[in-house]
Amino acid sequence: MLSYLIRRLILVLPVAFGVSVICFMLVQIAPGDPLTAIMPIDATAEEQAAMRAAYGLDKPLAVQYAIWIGNLAQGDMGKSIATGRPVAAEVFGAVNNSLLLAASAAVIAFPIGVFLGFLAGYFRDTWIDRAVTAASITGVSLPNYWLGIVLVIIFSVNLGWLPSMGAGPGGSQAWVWNWEHMRHLILPAVTLSVVPIGIVARTVRALAGDILTQDFVQALYAKGMTRMDVLWHVARNAAATALSVMGLQLGYLLGGSILIETVFNWPGSGFLLSNAIFQRDLPLLQGTILVLALLFVAMNLIVDVAQAAIDPRIQRT
Amino acid sequence: MTGKLVDIRNLSVRFKGKRTVHAINDVSLSMEQGETLALLGESGSGKSVTLKTLLGLLPPKRSEIDGSIHVNGVDVLSLRGKALAKYRGGEVSMVFQEPALALDPVFTVGHQIAESVRRHKGVSRDEAMSVALDMLDRVRIPSANRRLHNYPHELSGGMRQRVMIALALACRPRLLLADEPTTALDATVQIQILLLLRELQKEFGMGVIFVTHDIGVAVEISERVAVMYAGQIFEEGTTREIIREGRHPYTQGLLAANLHDVEQGQRLNAIPGAPPALESKPDGCSFAPRCPKALPECTAGLPPMLMPAPRRRVACIRAGEPVVAE
Ligand SMILES: Nc1ncnc2c1ncn2[C@@H]1O[C@H](COP(=O)(O)OP(=O)(O)OP(=O)(O)O)[C@@H](O)[C@H]1O
Ligand SMILES: [Mg+2]
Repeated sequence: MLSYLIRRLILVLPVAFGVSVICFMLVQIAPGDPLTAIMPIDATAEEQAAMRAAYGLDKPLAVQYAIWIGNLAQGDMGKSIATGRPVAAEVFGAVNNSLLLAASAAVIAFPIGVFLGFLAGYFRDTWIDRAVTAASITGVSLPNYWLGIVLVIIFSVNLGWLPSMGAGPGGSQAWVWNWEHMRHLILPAVTLSVVPIGIVARTVRALAGDILTQDFVQALYAKGMTRMDVLWHVARNAAATALSVMGLQLGYLLGGSILIETVFNWPGSGFLLSNAIFQRDLPLLQGTILVLALLFVAMNLIVDVAQAAIDPRIQRT
Repeated sequence: MTGKLVDIRNLSVRFKGKRTVHAINDVSLSMEQGETLALLGESGSGKSVTLKTLLGLLPPKRSEIDGSIHVNGVDVLSLRGKALAKYRGGEVSMVFQEPALALDPVFTVGHQIAESVRRHKGVSRDEAMSVALDMLDRVRIPSANRRLHNYPHELSGGMRQRVMIALALACRPRLLLADEPTTALDATVQIQILLLLRELQKEFGMGVIFVTHDIGVAVEISERVAVMYAGQIFEEGTTREIIREGRHPYTQGLLAANLHDVEQGQRLNAIPGAPPALESKPDGCSFAPRCPKALPECTAGLPPMLMPAPRRRVACIRAGEPVVAE
C-alpha cells in the first residue's frame, strides 16, 4: 500500500507540471494585452515599456515561467492587476469559501444520493425505482442557476426566511461558524447539491442493481445470510466505485459553481474567476485556475488511493 | 438416525412472468440419511430449480410452488425469516457451478467462511476464523493459513471450488447440494474435486445431491441416480441399475451419448432434437417427440410409473418390455 501511495505521488508530479505550464501559457495565448486594461489610453510607449518591465513581461518566456514558479514556491502568485492586492490572498480566501460551499453541498448530496440510489437499486423496477429515477433525471437536467433563482424567490423574497446574497451578514467575507453565517450557506448549498444528488443516486442505483443480480448474492442467501448481511455485502462491493464518483463530484463542485456563486454573490473561486475574466485580470485568473486545477488533481489522487485501499481487486503493488 | 433426509412429494414449480415456465412437474423424490444421489439431465431439465427450491431460494413473487418438501422432517416450504436463514447453510448448504461468481470478490475467503460459521454457531470472530482455517485444511488447500487471507481472485478455479466446499461444509450440514460443481473446471481439476467431495462425504457422512449432465461424473460420485427431463423424474435407481439396465429410452440415449470409451473422433450418439418448451404442463410423455421408441399412445396421456423393484421406477409405457441388447 505504501509503495502504491509513493508511486501515485510520483505520477502526480508530471501532471502538476503540465497544469502549471498550461496555466502559465494561458496568459500568453489570451488575446489582447493585459496592460491595456490598466494603462491610460494615452500612455506613451516609454510608460508602457516601464509597466511591462515592472510586471516582468519583457523577459523571455522560459525565464518568466521560471520566475513565476520560483515565486509560486514562496507563496507569491503576483498581484491582481485590478485591485493590486496579492493574488495568493484573494485566491485562498475565495477557495476557502468555495470549499466550504462544496463540502456543504456534498454533505447534503452524498448521503441522500447514496440512500436514494440504494433504495432504487434494491427495489428495481418498482414504483420506488421509477420515482427515484425520475427525480434524479429531473435534478440532473434542471439548470441549477435557475433553481437557485427559484429558491431565492420562494425562501428569500416571498417567505423571507433565508438571506439570498453573500457569505455572511452585511457582505462579510470572513467565515464564522455561527447561525448568522450559516443561514447564508443554506440556499446556495442546497442548490448546488441537486445535481450531485441525481448523479450519485443514478450511479449507486446502477451499482446496487447490478451487484444484486450477481450470483454471489444468491450464494449469500444460500449460506443463511439475512437481508441486512446481504445489503452490507452489496454496499462493500459498491463502495469503491461510488466513492470515486463522489470524489469527482466534489471536484466539480469546487470549480463548477461559477453560476451558483454568481447567483448568490458567494465570494468563492467561481465568483473570483468570473470577476477575473471580465476584468481581464490575468494574474488573478492564472492563480485561480492553477489552484483549482491542482485541487482537482489532488482530489483525483485521494480518490484513487482511497479506492485502492478499499477494493482488493485493484492492483496495489 | 431415523426418518428420511429428504422427502419431496408432488413438487411442481411454475415461473410466472412474460412467459410461463413449468420448470418442475410433479416431482417426488426421497433420500435416506447419508445417501448420495446424482440428479442427471440435459440443460434446462430443472435440476438447478430443484436445488433452489430445496433451499427456498426461488424468487417468491415470480414463482408458484405446489407439493411438499421435508428435510429431516422440517417442512421447508413453510420456513420464513430467521428459521429459513438457520436452515440455509446450517441444515442444507450448496456448492455452486461457478465458484468465481459465487464468492464475494471484496471479502477474503476466510471472512466468507467465518461469516457463515458465526451466523450459525454464534461463536466469536476468532473462533469462526479458526473453524475456517480448519475447513481450508480439510479441503486440502496448501498453506491454508496464508490462503485464509486471500481474496477469491487471488486463487485458481480449483482452489476457489475447494473454498466453496469448505464454506458449504463449515457448519456440518446434513445435506449438501452440489450444482455441477466441476463443470467450470479443467478436466484434471474436476477429478480432484470429485475425489475430494467423495472423501468428505465419507468423513462427514452427510447426504449429497449432485447435479450433473455427465453420467461419468454421476457414476464416480453417487450411489443412486435420478434422471430428469422437462421438470420430471423419468427414471430412478441405484447407479448400477441405471448404468446396467437403464430402461427409459431417454436414459439409454444419455448413456449412449456419454460413453467415455468411444474412439477418438467417432461421433457420439447424441440424442437428436431439443427438449420441449415448458410453457404448459405436460399432458403426454415429454420425451415422445424425440423418442426412437415412441408409440402413438405416448402423447395420449402421462406415461405410467413402473416400479420394478423397491426405490426403482421408470416413467415409460415401454419400460416393461425386455431390454434388447444393442
Ligand atoms: N428465475 C427463473 N425465472 C424463470 N424461469 C426460470 C428461472 N429459473 C429457471 N427457469 C427456467 O426453468 C427451467 C429449468 O431451469 P434449470 O436452471 O433448473 O435447468 P438445469 O437443469 O439446471 O439446466 P443447466 O444444466 O443448464 O443448469 C429452464 O427452462 C429455465 O429457463
Ligand atoms: Mg443448472
